[in-house]
Formats: sequence, C-alpha cells, structure tokens
Amino acid sequence: MQRRSFLLGILTLVALAPIKVLAALWNRPAFEAVKIEDVTQHLNVSEEIPSSDILIVAPERAENGAVVQVEVRSNINGTEAIAILVENNPTPLIANFMFSHGAEPFVVTRIKMAETSDLKVVVKVGNQYFTHAKNITVLENGCG
Amino acid sequence: MDKSMKMRAQLKGDYTEVKVLMSHPMETGRRKNDFDQLVPAHFVQLLTATLNGQLVIEAQWGTGIAKNPYLTFRLKGAKLGDLVEVTWHDNLGETATQSIAVTQA
Repeated sequence: MQRRSFLLGILTLVALAPIKVLAALWNRPAFEAVKIEDVTQHLNVSEEIPSSDILIVAPERAENGAVVQVEVRSNINGTEAIAILVENNPTPLIANFMFSHGAEPFVVTRIKMAETSDLKVVVKVGNQYFTHAKNITVLENGCG
Repeated sequence: MDKSMKMRAQLKGDYTEVKVLMSHPMETGRRKNDFDQLVPAHFVQLLTATLNGQLVIEAQWGTGIAKNPYLTFRLKGAKLGDLVEVTWHDNLGETATQSIAVTQA
C-alpha cells in the first residue's frame, strides 16, 4: 500500500470514529421495533424471569401521558442495566440505563405514554434477565 | 436551542443523589404542527454520566422520554467536591456537557 493513501485512510477512520461509536452504541433495531417481543429480542433477552425485587414507583392513573414520572430500582445483586418499556407505545422501548463504578441500579425519569399500558422493566444481570410490570392508566394521551 | 442543564449533586449519607433537568424538544417524528406538517424526529439518543472522569451511567434513549428530560441517579463512594459530569448526544448530532460538584444535602 502507498504510504500516502494508507495515512489518508487512517485519518479518515479517526475522523469518522466518534460518529461510528455513537451509532454503534445506540441500539437502533430495539428502539425502532414496534412490537414488545421484537424489542426484547433485540435486547438479547433470552428468557424472562419475573422478579419482585424490581420496584416500580409510578402513578396508578396518569392525568397526562406526555409526562409520567417513574422511579425504578433493582434490588437484584449484580444488576448491570435497567430497560424501561411501555407495551402500548408506538415504539415500546423508552430507555436502557447501564450502571457501573458505584452507580446504584436506581433511576427516576419522566416518560411519554400514548395510552393505558403496562410499564415493563427488564433488568440485566449477567446473562439473565429479570422483569416486572405495572399497569398505568392514562387519561390523556401524550404521544404526538 | 438552550442546551443548559439544571444539575444538583447532593451527598445524602451513604450515597450521592444527582438530579438533572435538560432542555430538549424530544420530538418523536410523529407529531404534526399547526400547519398539519410532521415535525421531524429530534431526540436525545445517548446520555453518559461520569464521576471524576470515570463512567458511572450510560443510557440509550428513544423518543419516549418526555420533553425537557429529567433524570435522577445515585452514586456510591462520591465525596464532597467530587465532580459529576453529564453529556448528551441527540439524533441530529447536537451535544451538551455540564458538570457540578458534590455538595452536602
């Protein structure tokens, strides 16, 4: 290989790297999936184990689906990630949080809900996936 | 677009609670404006948080996070004065970073 074209190639790679890294990090198939089974498949969830060690704090009834505050905590040792899904949303996967270096498996955030639906949480512990769900009634939809 | 975040990091006994309020439209790409035109998707896809430069939270978001995203997380082992930094990247290539020192609750 010519030295110049080799160097140019390296430079191009370096320049493209941040965009590629970002694109590689965002799980497009999972976020664009419209069926909840497809979301869990793209999150590599093999078997779902129901667990009462996952706590969901959210309103029973949400006045406005555009802003629904949810708190999720996992009491399962070795929790690496918490995914939040809303089954009846146009795209069910809301977020996937990964914890490391002393971050507790705990998160509070505000989500959109198109209609009354189960809120499902998937917790990753090594190769195992634990789940818990809570139904939230939505009085006014929040997906525009 | 105002990219500033409201941040607070408070030491509460054996953990530090970090609260972040971001400014972002979080458009799904399905909403129509007053002229019946679809508003293009514009949403945060990736959020990272570090404690003194070390990665603690890495989150991928879809369009289902509410407008002007809010987030609380908790860190073990942080000390007063430690620096918590939050960065987001959205689907249009925009990004914002802000940091705050841990204070006593």
